[in-house]
Amino acid sequence: MDAFSSTPKHWTASLADPRLFQIFALGILLAAGAYFRDFSIRPEQVILTFAAGLLTQTACWTLTPSKPRTLRSAIITCLSLTLLLRANNLIAHPIAAAAAISSKSLFRFRGKHLFNPATFGLIFAIVLLPGTWVSPGQWGQDVAIAAWVVMFGMLVTSRARRGDISWTFLAFYLGALALRIEYLGQRWAVWTHQLESGALLLFAFFMISDPMTGPNDRRGRVAHAALVAAIAYAWQFRLYRTNALIWALFIAAACVPLWDAIWPARKFEWTQNGGANVFSANQSSHFVNARDRGADSRRAA
Amino acid sequence: MLAIAALILGAPHDARAFCGFYVGKADEPLVNHASQVVIAHHDDKTVISLMNDYQGEPSDFALVVPVPVVLQKGQVHIGDRELFQKIDAYSSPRLVEYYDPDPCRIMDYEMPMAAAGGMALNREAAPSPAEAKALGVTVEAEYTVGEYDIVILSAKESSGLQTWLQQSGYKIPLGADRALEPYIRSDMKFFVAKVNLTEHNRTGLTYLRPLQFAFESPKFMLPIRLGMINSQGPQDLVVYMLTQNGRVETTNYRTVKLPTGMDIPEYVRTDFGGFYKAMFDEQVKRNDMRAVFTEYVWNMGWCDPCAGPPLSRDELRSLGVFWLDDQPGGATPMYRRPGGGPMIYPQPMTGATPVTLTRLHVRYSADTFPEDLIFQETQDQENFQARYVMHRPWDGSPSACEGAKNYFDDLNKRKAHEAETLADLTGWNLQDVIKKAGLSPESQPKPWWQDIWGS
Repeated sequence: MDAFSSTPKHWTASLADPRLFQIFALGILLAAGAYFRDFSIRPEQVILTFAAGLLTQTACWTLTPSKPRTLRSAIITCLSLTLLLRANNLIAHPIAAAAAISSKSLFRFRGKHLFNPATFGLIFAIVLLPGTWVSPGQWGQDVAIAAWVVMFGMLVTSRARRGDISWTFLAFYLGALALRIEYLGQRWAVWTHQLESGALLLFAFFMISDPMTGPNDRRGRVAHAALVAAIAYAWQFRLYRTNALIWALFIAAACVPLWDAIWPARKFEWTQNGGANVFSANQSSHFVNARDRGADSRRAA
Repeated sequence: MLAIAALILGAPHDARAFCGFYVGKADEPLVNHASQVVIAHHDDKTVISLMNDYQGEPSDFALVVPVPVVLQKGQVHIGDRELFQKIDAYSSPRLVEYYDPDPCRIMDYEMPMAAAGGMALNREAAPSPAEAKALGVTVEAEYTVGEYDIVILSAKESSGLQTWLQQSGYKIPLGADRALEPYIRSDMKFFVAKVNLTEHNRTGLTYLRPLQFAFESPKFMLPIRLGMINSQGPQDLVVYMLTQNGRVETTNYRTVKLPTGMDIPEYVRTDFGGFYKAMFDEQVKRNDMRAVFTEYVWNMGWCDPCAGPPLSRDELRSLGVFWLDDQPGGATPMYRRPGGGPMIYPQPMTGATPVTLTRLHVRYSADTFPEDLIFQETQDQENFQARYVMHRPWDGSPSACEGAKNYFDDLNKRKAHEAETLADLTGWNLQDVIKKAGLSPESQPKPWWQDIWGS
């Protein structure tokens, strides 16, 4: 792998960063939603989200000057917010974006930020900002199905190692939904209908899979995925509350330091930033696990 | 819109509207229109009103609705049928008429027409009582309210419940147990109503009044699956949601706003109901019958233009809006624009009434709506109305003044455009529309190739 990583083609190295694929995929989803569906997101809201999110990100750099500087994560956060958050005013989106990005600097534990920024931004908005909501039903069957295909394809081909948390979570959560349907004696069409939520898809592939806020060790990630699935299930089917997945990830974030303490492993670092490793495009990049971290760190150095 | 025949088996259609199904003892066909439900919801407290336009013999009426909790007598109430008509009129899709100003002068007014948008209600059913059985069925409560004998049941298994209902004389459709099962497993209770003939005769009414019930539960949903048992086709349901903060939408289905604000040809005025029905059919088709449509979202204190007057505080309270304070009731007096213009109720200076009405219209089938409707109240307070615009041309002469000639040139283009809009909205044939609109065949757009070689 070091042989690969020594290839100093800057552009190929950039393409190695899986966040670029995420940005591409989310951008397509946003465009498709706006064009084919009434996503009720206004262009001004999108612009303000990005303006506030990216400005906040640059401001935060002054707090942590040594970190590699890239706006890719901030762009993903802003895309997620515009895809999920709805508001009847123009101020909610930029405030939520600023809160999301600054949460990375404000809520830290042992060098890791606690909350996935998009999750934090959404919770912040729906709890504190007037005129905000999330529309889980906005996707529709065809768009959601197409998106599932794209997401799975992306995940499989990238062979991202921290993608394990996406699969684990989906196994737990969809398994729980299936058991419930079996218990209730409902038709299986209900199960497939429940998969049509684009919010579930965004959640599984872009939020819970965030390597920066998930547990470092594989066992920790399994525990985390199970906990998130359990909270989400209870939230939706016991308490009958909305936005179950987002709340579950928000609440379960408090336990990530616990999983990291029980199963210590090296913290994830993004390896983009110019050179890094072409190899990671095919092999792991994005979700490099603990053992690869050493190599990545050396390369980064 | 209706479906009619269906009731043959007793249950289905009606189920639509209601969260349950009607069961009939007789095999007589019962007429259904769209079902209508009013739901007032705030803080986990819900008041549901079910409108019933059941046309058959009262003795044949029965209704089964899954409910989250056991309802005691005080939680069930008899509603007022007129309030359904009022809330329907207030929130109906509307055709607005504008008169073109004299191009030689300036003037303008508009006339809204209430649109009986082709949607109706649905109801029916047949009756029957019950004997207590050891089928795992528990009679949790039993009482008479108004003209209805009501039983609240809980059950351990669906076959026992089905047997109980059958032995009690309810004509239960085949497959009912399968549909009942998920509700039993979810620990829901069953509200079963039939008509008490003595009480019904005492009312002196020829129709059955709406049933209302109030309960507290975090479940904000409407069980529609029960109504699909052996249903023979798509069913229509209109839900009027009364909430405090904002628009209501479904969380497990896409909620879509209907096309609105379009200019359509004048001739539609003679059959606005037919237009609206065709347009709704077309929108349903384009969304593969997988969407819930928003027809109206407005603060209950006002409207502009009004298809019908807003409901008063007393009327809203009667429909279950329990969070209104005790200020004197009554909507703002109706205001008419000078010159006999459209009816509007201006927005009160004192601020909005804390009630938002969301009117949702859904056409569903067993295949496209596998789950019950689950709702959420959003914070969205933006008003929306399904509103269509008709322009009445100025009746002057092109030679009246300089501006008049231009006016008539523009008028022809506008009419052609209106015809295209109408054809697109409804799926109607453009040629037919052009003909009905009284336009010359040249009004339709030429094919792109017609002028290539000159012909």
